[in-house]
Amino acid sequence: MHARNASKGIDWVLVGLYMILCAIGVISIFGATYKEGDPILQSFTSFKTDYGKQLIFWVLAMIIAVFIMVTDSKFFTATANLWYAFGIVLLLLVFPFHTEIKGTRSIIRFGSFQLQPADLCKVFVALALAKYLSRVETDFSKTKSQLIATAIALTPAILSILQQETGLALVYFSFFLVMFREGLPAGILIIGFSFAVLVVATLLMEPNTLAMILTGIALAAIYILRRQIKRRKQLLIAIIGIWMVCVGVQRFLVPYVFESVLQPYQVKRIYDTIGKDYVPSGGTAVLEEVPAKKKDDSGDYNVKQSKIAIGSGGFAGKGLLKGTQTRYDFVPEQRTDFIFCTIGEGFGFVGSFILMAVYFLLLMRIITVAERQRSVFSRAYAYGVASILFFHIAINICMTIGLAPVIGIPLPFISYGGTSLITFTAALFILIRLDADRQMVLR
Amino acid sequence: MSVFNQSRSTVIRLIVAGVFLIIVAQLVNLQLFSSKYEALAFNNAVYPKVRYPDRGIIYDRKGKAILNNTIMYDLEVTPSQIKGVDTSFLCKLVEIDTAEFKKRIVTAILKNGRYRPSIFEDLLTPEMHARLEENIYKFPGFALVERPVRVYPFKAAAHIMGYIGEADSGNIKRSNGFYRLGDYIGKTGLEAYYERVLMGKRGVEYLIKDNKNRLVGKYENGIYDTAAVAGRNLHTYIDIELQQLAEKLMQGKVGAVVAIEPKTGGILSMVSGPNFDPNMLTGPNKQQNFNKLFLDVSSPLLNRAIKGQYPPGSTFKPLGALVALDEGIITPSFGIGCGGAYYGCSRPVKCTHNNAGHAANLRLAIANSCNSYFTHIYRLSVDAAKYKGVKSGYQKWKQYMNAFDLGVRVGVDLPSEDRGNIPDSSVYNKVYRNSWNSCTNLTLGIGQDMMLATPLQLANSMCIIANKGYYYTPHFVKNIEDETPADSIMNPFRIKHEPLTSIPDDAYEAVISGMQDVVEIGTARVAKLPDINVCAKTGTAENYRVIDGKRTKLKDNSVFVCFAPRENPKIAIAVIVENAGYGGTWAGPIAALMMEKFLNDTLRTERLKEVERIAAANLMPGWLVREQYKADSTRAYNWFKMTKDSSAIKRFLRRDYKKDSLQQKENSPTPIRDIRTTWQRPEAILPEQYFITHPVTA
Repeated sequence: MHARNASKGIDWVLVGLYMILCAIGVISIFGATYKEGDPILQSFTSFKTDYGKQLIFWVLAMIIAVFIMVTDSKFFTATANLWYAFGIVLLLLVFPFHTEIKGTRSIIRFGSFQLQPADLCKVFVALALAKYLSRVETDFSKTKSQLIATAIALTPAILSILQQETGLALVYFSFFLVMFREGLPAGILIIGFSFAVLVVATLLMEPNTLAMILTGIALAAIYILRRQIKRRKQLLIAIIGIWMVCVGVQRFLVPYVFESVLQPYQVKRIYDTIGKDYVPSGGTAVLEEVPAKKKDDSGDYNVKQSKIAIGSGGFAGKGLLKGTQTRYDFVPEQRTDFIFCTIGEGFGFVGSFILMAVYFLLLMRIITVAERQRSVFSRAYAYGVASILFFHIAINICMTIGLAPVIGIPLPFISYGGTSLITFTAALFILIRLDADRQMVLR
Repeated sequence: MSVFNQSRSTVIRLIVAGVFLIIVAQLVNLQLFSSKYEALAFNNAVYPKVRYPDRGIIYDRKGKAILNNTIMYDLEVTPSQIKGVDTSFLCKLVEIDTAEFKKRIVTAILKNGRYRPSIFEDLLTPEMHARLEENIYKFPGFALVERPVRVYPFKAAAHIMGYIGEADSGNIKRSNGFYRLGDYIGKTGLEAYYERVLMGKRGVEYLIKDNKNRLVGKYENGIYDTAAVAGRNLHTYIDIELQQLAEKLMQGKVGAVVAIEPKTGGILSMVSGPNFDPNMLTGPNKQQNFNKLFLDVSSPLLNRAIKGQYPPGSTFKPLGALVALDEGIITPSFGIGCGGAYYGCSRPVKCTHNNAGHAANLRLAIANSCNSYFTHIYRLSVDAAKYKGVKSGYQKWKQYMNAFDLGVRVGVDLPSEDRGNIPDSSVYNKVYRNSWNSCTNLTLGIGQDMMLATPLQLANSMCIIANKGYYYTPHFVKNIEDETPADSIMNPFRIKHEPLTSIPDDAYEAVISGMQDVVEIGTARVAKLPDINVCAKTGTAENYRVIDGKRTKLKDNSVFVCFAPRENPKIAIAVIVENAGYGGTWAGPIAALMMEKFLNDTLRTERLKEVERIAAANLMPGWLVREQYKADSTRAYNWFKMTKDSSAIKRFLRRDYKKDSLQQKENSPTPIRDIRTTWQRPEAILPEQYFITHPVTA
């Protein structure tokens, strides 16, 4: 009976796009890690090579997907908060039980198996956030509700930052897209965007020049709005207040965050992205940290090699297994975070564009699916999945082509890694399950 | 509310679309509009390894290889693979200490990185190679690698062949980037002149390297590789046995020998003394040997056959006669009465003969080498009425000289030839403030005054006489293997120059008969050969040198020119031995032995004693000891000033050594230094080694 229900109402477009992406992933990992002379068929079927492993992870992920498909969709609404609580407990367990790997303290090890709760938790947050937003008593136009939703989304992020895993923490900010869809005032997004612009401007410009520009903008605003200001004095106060906040951010907050909150290697990566040299300034603490983190100073090299790999692909690419950059290990981490290089070098602009198109179709399809949901839970969850995927895709690819700092987050469905593939698969198939039952009213 | 939220969905779609658009735009920028990345990726991953071709071989006229290639071995090290090497044992085999070992490993890492092989010790001596080959399995990370090396099997013809060395910045700049650092290039001699022919074409092998610079295989299975094309061989006119004989005869002498085949201009032999074994400048220790040769004041590296400039003296007289004959100023029967000197000008020119009739005609004048006769006909030539004045007359005479390749570069196929000196009339104008006449430089007629010629030019002048008026530019290379018309390098040697073919045969016969008389009854009787009519002319030229700031007259230079056989000339020779006295004393016997060897292909047994006698003669000028002492002690002093290391200078301050060196008589011979040693053990470099000193006792 379950089997009959399970296949009914499935959005085959999503499933199809998912299959395409996973296939691209296995081929790319094959292209990145195949060593001359390996017996291809045997390698694929054995558990020894990375592409063989990825194929098995895919099969595992599909099995989990089938389990999800045969589960009643009410299960997810009912257990959403439970999952979230489970995630938070896992995150807290990390503090006493973590193993330090590559400078992060966010990983728990069980033998050869590694678990990164901060990575897993994003699905739980998507569920919990959807649950909270879909409550009858939640009035999302109230500030209190907005603050609670923000707290649900950002608690794992804060824990993640405490575990020195800033990259993953950033992913949780993508849930603002969900909240925006559910009625968060647009102004907050605009303020967030303006804040980002201000931070980047602070990094790029001389402090005094920027301060003068900000002052200039403030004076211009006062001049343009002088009539209104005559009538309402508050406007003047508001403008001056905004000006003071901006200068405060530029003068004190950004330098403070860079020197005291972020790790030196992270600061360096940010500087590398905007094309400036990082000169550690101020406290001795920073100076001491630099040699200790020397291994991570290769951020600039990675991006350079990655850009060379993608750029050298040209229009049609060099062909699978023909890329010299990716074949001979010039690009580091190329089966995981820098997998896009293999595609860019091997299949050129055509291949990269097709991949971008598939991703774009996937995201558009998820949003379409979200909009046809009758329950707020399903819609909010769908947007949650879309936001997570969008953030991963955008940051990962931007990082390989030099538009974003190097943040170690995987490319969904394509990067090598069992946990990541299974997490994304589960997130997507929960959505497909929910969508299949969209005629039901869920709470 | 719903409409409002629907629009938010659109906003989210637009945000996604916007970000994707930015990504695609950057992809377009990187992949479609930036061409640099392809090159960067190529340079990253592809290592073009240059494959050097074998240089061409040089053969003598009988097809014997006088310059060949052999294989020597370099010891290479790949620093990343050194594990468990018994360092002290390796150091013992290579004869270095452990500090030097560490230094070399660090240098190797700095130069080529840990994962690529670098040269640890180059050009191993045969013994060292044998020792290492036995034990190389004990030294992981070390390997013996073949390296082609030039070798001179006959240990002869150093100055002709030249040597190769690494291209310096000048070579690289001049070649417009054709040569790269580390390439070998011909530095002198035929190696340099025929560089483009001998070097062949370099090949390139494209190898893949990985992120650690390890070479991991061929790029694209080698479809872009180009094979190296071996250099082309040269076939020369050189007779290597004749060359070896000449080198033996010139042992312990300063001077030069040039032998040319008159019919072709092909040079049979060219020796410059002092000489050295060309193998010294290949293989191990080439740098030390070079320093040794370079710092020797007797300049063994100098090729005196093309760079030594000597007054030809009496050997010029036959040419002076030919000019007068061509001008129509004299006929073979022209004669003068000479009473022991030429009194035509205020200062008399002495003649060795004063008996009546010794200059009654041209033949007799040459046979008796009458100074009066030749100064007279020189004056007649330049003062000829048709030139209206001595200056234009002299210019015409100079044109003749230049046509004989005197005073201009002959154009032999060796680099850096000197031109000798036939001064322009403007030089005389300057020296004599415009007031001079044929009396001023009348000794030009007997090959003195400002006239200077190289031994090669003298030998060439013999060819003109032997050929009765024509000659080919002297050269070594008969033909290039697989020669094509594109090898324009050979063109100048195939042009027949005919400066004097207008002179009638009987005039030539008079000159040639005169020269034969020199051998039969005159000063060159030492050059007489059984059954062969030899024509020759001796010369004894005054020899001045500035020593310690004073112009000192030294023992005369012995000059000798000849050709044989008279009827069908096959060899023309010029020999100059510095500080050796009369032309017939040393230069003549050397030329005689060479003619006999070349024409009969062997020497009579009784002549072998003569070979040994001449070879054993030490005619090294005595001033060399003094000059060497000055040069070495100055260098030691400078070294002392620089380093405060007095060990080098001490020996020069030793009283007896100083006395012996400084009181050496100008004309007593210098002990001969053995500079023909080759392939010695490399020794630790001590300061003394920078200063090559003369052993006091032979």
